[in-house]
Amino acid sequence: MKTLSPGRKRLIDNSITYGIVIAAYIILQIMNAGGHMSPSLQGLLVPICAYITMAISLNLVVGISGELSLGHAGFMSVGAFSGVVASMSLQQAIPSGSIRLAVSMVVGALCAGVAGLIVGVPVLRLRGDYLAIVTLAFGEIIKNIINVLYVGVDQNGIHFSTANEMALNLEEGGMAILKGPMGVTSNVKLSSFTAGFILVMIALVVALNLINSRSGRAIMALRDNRIAAESVGIGATKYKLMAFVTSAVMAGAAGALYAMNFSSFAAKKFDFNTSILILVFVVLGGLGNIRGSVIAAALLYVLPELLRDFYDYRMLIYAVVLILVMLATNNPTIKGFFARFFRKEKEETAKGGAAQ
Amino acid sequence: MTMPKREPTKLVEVPSPNKIPERDIDKTPILECQHLGIDFGGLTAVNEFNMAIGRTEITGLIGPNGAGKTTVFNLLTKVYQPTRGTILLDGIDTHNMNTVQVNKAGIARTFQNIRLFSNLTVEDNVKLGLHNHIGYGMWSGIFRLPRYWKEEKVAHERAMELLSIFEMEDLANAKAGSLPYGAQRRLEIVRALATNPSLLLLDEPAAGMTPSETAELMENIVKIRDTFQIAVLLIEHDMSLVMGICEGICVLNFGQIIAKGTPDEIKNNPQVIEAYLGTKKEG
Repeated sequence: MKTLSPGRKRLIDNSITYGIVIAAYIILQIMNAGGHMSPSLQGLLVPICAYITMAISLNLVVGISGELSLGHAGFMSVGAFSGVVASMSLQQAIPSGSIRLAVSMVVGALCAGVAGLIVGVPVLRLRGDYLAIVTLAFGEIIKNIINVLYVGVDQNGIHFSTANEMALNLEEGGMAILKGPMGVTSNVKLSSFTAGFILVMIALVVALNLINSRSGRAIMALRDNRIAAESVGIGATKYKLMAFVTSAVMAGAAGALYAMNFSSFAAKKFDFNTSILILVFVVLGGLGNIRGSVIAAALLYVLPELLRDFYDYRMLIYAVVLILVMLATNNPTIKGFFARFFRKEKEETAKGGAAQ
Repeated sequence: MTMPKREPTKLVEVPSPNKIPERDIDKTPILECQHLGIDFGGLTAVNEFNMAIGRTEITGLIGPNGAGKTTVFNLLTKVYQPTRGTILLDGIDTHNMNTVQVNKAGIARTFQNIRLFSNLTVEDNVKLGLHNHIGYGMWSGIFRLPRYWKEEKVAHERAMELLSIFEMEDLANAKAGSLPYGAQRRLEIVRALATNPSLLLLDEPAAGMTPSETAELMENIVKIRDTFQIAVLLIEHDMSLVMGICEGICVLNFGQIIAKGTPDEIKNNPQVIEAYLGTKKEG
């Protein structure tokens, strides 16, 4: 048998990833149409898509670029609130719900991208773990800013205030969108599973194509060996920033999608725990493994829901499953069991190695 | 060792106390270091380092362990900023350049402790060397525009061509980290060459190689110089390699140059012998 060229192998690998997502979408749509899905699971479909996108996004930073971000929920939050503000203030201008959703996702993505640029430019010029520290702070700062921020809209445009709702000075017919600690309370739900699926596919295409291009190679080279990368003329800041901002943009779009699925939500939803939850998806799915992130995010997000019957023991079982997964992936016996299915592939690699 | 006996190159004086090969005398030396030095705290690692390298010269930098040879490389590539002195690369002062800019200006290097991108394939490692010669940006990459396909194809062909110098085309798909030691050293040279340098710095290229591999490497270094018409500066402890292919040799001890000249001059220099073997104790 002929060994596959890396280009061909990459193509097959990526097609499998796309295939899994498309197949899952079709199966879930059929289940939904046939009425075989519980309402609680139906309610999870959009959040799952948002969290899958978040996992892909964070994997770009943690897995591909090798920097730690502990405040990814902050970018989600920026995307969520700016997306909602955009959608609510354009209610008259754009009657079509799906176009408004797209616009709000684009606005959310851009705002989060700008936030990523502001955080990234100074921090990514440094060497070491500074990004983790700064993003940790960023997540908290964003949460606190949104907690005191009031935003309203009337025919004169958008009004901001940090005092209270009255200080917005809205005219007759105006509407307060964001009410400080209460968050958004009267959002029009626009998200759909199909929109979520499209977002996941776009995130996948962007992430996988970026990784397998000149820029992606440079990002991974900087992760593997910064000094060597600089010695062949690859500037660290530019490529680390590219990965970070791309990731922030995806997180913003995911945040907007997530927000548009709820009629009310507050900034405390996007706290440190959410950031860590996303990091757990990425680490369990495998650093640098985009397909792994997708699967881990989907499974781990529905797991608590599937364990609803054991409500009292839910968190206990969740923890036990996490531990078992970690043990199993490192267990030689279990690895050997799965390796049997992939033996052919393994032999190919071994042959390739021995040929040297 | 089957290295053919080469005519020793005649070195001629250039203005300043440096010598370069006679054939390069009409052109600006590719590298000129003047009074170069660096201190780490109170420790002077390199001091009064003066050196000129001709356009197509193979120069050796030798000296006992800890003499400051690798520090000189790190100064030239701006991993460290020099405390004093100037580095002229093709007549251009590099004092405000960083590592990336120095590479773009024409210096490429390998490392004493191999620094490959070990999780990437051999071909990707070479393509990373070609990074600044591949003409498409992030958007063409993400949206797979025609430019992406065209440039990637050119890069692939160029990478294969470069790998063929060391007959490593078969290994293109292997992970760089899985290669045997000698092949990793060769890959590092290919990656450095891919950046299209005018001066190639090799830090102990023959370390860990068998005598036959070393002989092959010697031929290849000369071949690279002849094909690409570039200058090579190498640090090496293997004297057969240094004496075999270097036209000029600099001997460094305690951060200072103690001797410069042709291999024959160096061999018979009493200071060099003293640095390597020590002095005879009287009595």
